Amino acid sequence: MSQVVQALGPHPDPAAIEAFLAEGEFPRVEGRAVTFVWRGDADRVELVHWIHGLEQAQPFQRLAGTDLWFHVLDLPRRSRMEYKLAIHHGGRTTLERDPLNPHLAQDPFGANSVVRGDGYEPPEWAEFDDWARHGEMRRIAVDSRAFGERRVVDVYLPAYYRRTRRYPLLIAHDGPDYVQFASLVHVLDNLIHRHEIPPMIVAMTRATDRMQEYAADRRHSDFLVDELLPTLDAELPLVPDTAARGLLGASFGAVASLACAWHRPGVFGRLMLQSGSFVFTDIGDHGRGPIWDPVVEFVNAFRKTPGLPAERIHLSCGVYEGLIYYNRSLVPLLQDTGAEVRFLEARDGHNWENWRDHLRSGLTWLFPGPLWMTYE
Amino acid sequence: MTARNAATILLGPQRRTPNVRETLNRIPEWSRERPTAVVTAGWEDRELEDLPFRQHIEGPVHNLEVFHRMEKVYASDRELHAAVRARHDRMRELKDLHRIRLGHALGAARDLLARGGDSKLLRDEVDDAIESVRRLDSFHADRMAAIQQGFQERVRPWERDAVARHREELRSVLAECPVLCIAGGHVGILLSRMRLLGILDLHADRPVVAWSAGAMALTERVVLFHDSPPQGPADPEIFETGLGVAPGVVALPDADQRLRLDDRARVALFARRFAPALCAALLPAARFEHTGSGVAWHGADGARHLCTDGSVREGAA
Repeated sequence: MSQVVQALGPHPDPAAIEAFLAEGEFPRVEGRAVTFVWRGDADRVELVHWIHGLEQAQPFQRLAGTDLWFHVLDLPRRSRMEYKLAIHHGGRTTLERDPLNPHLAQDPFGANSVVRGDGYEPPEWAEFDDWARHGEMRRIAVDSRAFGERRVVDVYLPAYYRRTRRYPLLIAHDGPDYVQFASLVHVLDNLIHRHEIPPMIVAMTRATDRMQEYAADRRHSDFLVDELLPTLDAELPLVPDTAARGLLGASFGAVASLACAWHRPGVFGRLMLQSGSFVFTDIGDHGRGPIWDPVVEFVNAFRKTPGLPAERIHLSCGVYEGLIYYNRSLVPLLQDTGAEVRFLEARDGHNWENWRDHLRSGLTWLFPGPLWMTYE
Repeated sequence: MTARNAATILLGPQRRTPNVRETLNRIPEWSRERPTAVVTAGWEDRELEDLPFRQHIEGPVHNLEVFHRMEKVYASDRELHAAVRARHDRMRELKDLHRIRLGHALGAARDLLARGGDSKLLRDEVDDAIESVRRLDSFHADRMAAIQQGFQERVRPWERDAVARHREELRSVLAECPVLCIAGGHVGILLSRMRLLGILDLHADRPVVAWSAGAMALTERVVLFHDSPPQGPADPEIFETGLGVAPGVVALPDADQRLRLDDRARVALFARRFAPALCAALLPAARFEHTGSGVAWHGADGARHLCTDGSVREGAA
């Protein structure tokens, strides 16, 4: 029995339950113990989450004689977990967000409820800061021979942008998603304003067929190097140095980043790879379906002859992701290439807020700003 | 350059709570009718974007264009530019070596302070550990100063044609300006370019108001600091010898943002390391004034300083 629910006493009446739910926040976090509650008619209630290694559906208990359901989860400190509730009633199941929890995480598929474990705080540097000087977005179009169509790219220009300066360049895969779900523009504005990164230009790409193009597709590498980069170079003042050119991507976007750096070495000196889908096989089949075939083929080939994909590589992955094993495996291999490698883990899953939370450590390491010398 | 007989006033960051105008009003020599000179070289190629300052002052302003003047000098005097770069590289190499020793010395002092307790055995160890840091600071500051002095004697920048021409122009401009203001920005660039053009020498014994990096540049020892940077060094370090017209003070702009002022051990170590200098927290709206005699400072309007017992107190003493 949850200590939180025990406080209700035996056989609470509806008014007592109402009062109980009205006081304090749910889920209730007390150290590692997180108590989820749900109230209503149901045959069964489950907590559905995406933590690798835990049963994906965790059953709630009903408090005897009431319509109050609860579940206690052991969640390590500084964890962050996205979840939904599965309500089974009358032979039907609905998957819904926790009505008692105001914290939501958006992603391209909708929104999940979020529980913030003891010690986890969303980063203040990812929030809009009125005092920060704000960059602006510009849209450019590239007629791509590689893809046989016009591609639209949003470009972030930093505050005080001017043509007489030269700027580092970061190309962000799934850029619009990074902006919408990982607060990328706020992060850039804030980190530049605080001198933690230099004023820089960020090109936000998007794919037409992401799962194909980002799966180590050579057309994508050609598009970035032979089409997008020359276009940006012609239109914007960029620092002509590999150390000032980087690629950012999460999940399949990380595969696309690493694959491009490997297909076309010596172009991008900085890589930021978040929760990369770096699945490989030493023996047997990967068992993940045909869409992963080109990814596995690429990662296997990369592991045999990695070369030097970039001089500095920042990796991050959530320990609650199934991909953690593959990312950890990549670290010593990348280190052996002679690249400077930094690897960070978080108690989080495969989601945009995890990727948001690592933007500061990655960007400031790959593109350090003049913070130490600048006093405004 | 040593202490002067005119007011030197150090301020905190100006963006949120500007108090330059109010400070100027307190200076008898200042007049709204006469131009105020300003150095904004710390903002590099954005040096001329000084509209907020002009609007705040509500009076005529002469931007000395120190950054752009030196860009022109470098373009015309390649030998000087190469010499400056060589000096910079040498200083950077020395700084890298120094950081290795500093990290160990500060680590030892922090570890001892963290042990707690009040035994004489421990106190003596702490005292000597801090003294080691102080000796290392002095050693480093002397070596940086020697590089700087060697550069000045060998290159003699003020005697070079390109520099001398700008100095003559600046002398005329500054003659009209009763007060010189120095803004923040990149402290290394600001210090280097002000020194190369000899701005304070030209301004002579007249009041100076400086904020943030500008205030740091005026001190005897420029201390770089940030307790919680996302990457890179986090041990406060002596950058190099400053212009020296603000004696007996370590200028700490934005100290409430950059330092863990609630960590008494860190504050105590900082203050003891640089004692007897006043560790002045240059917070927004705060003001530290030096009137030209000795090393006494007057703190006002929320001025605070770091104390050797780990506290942060109002005023300057």
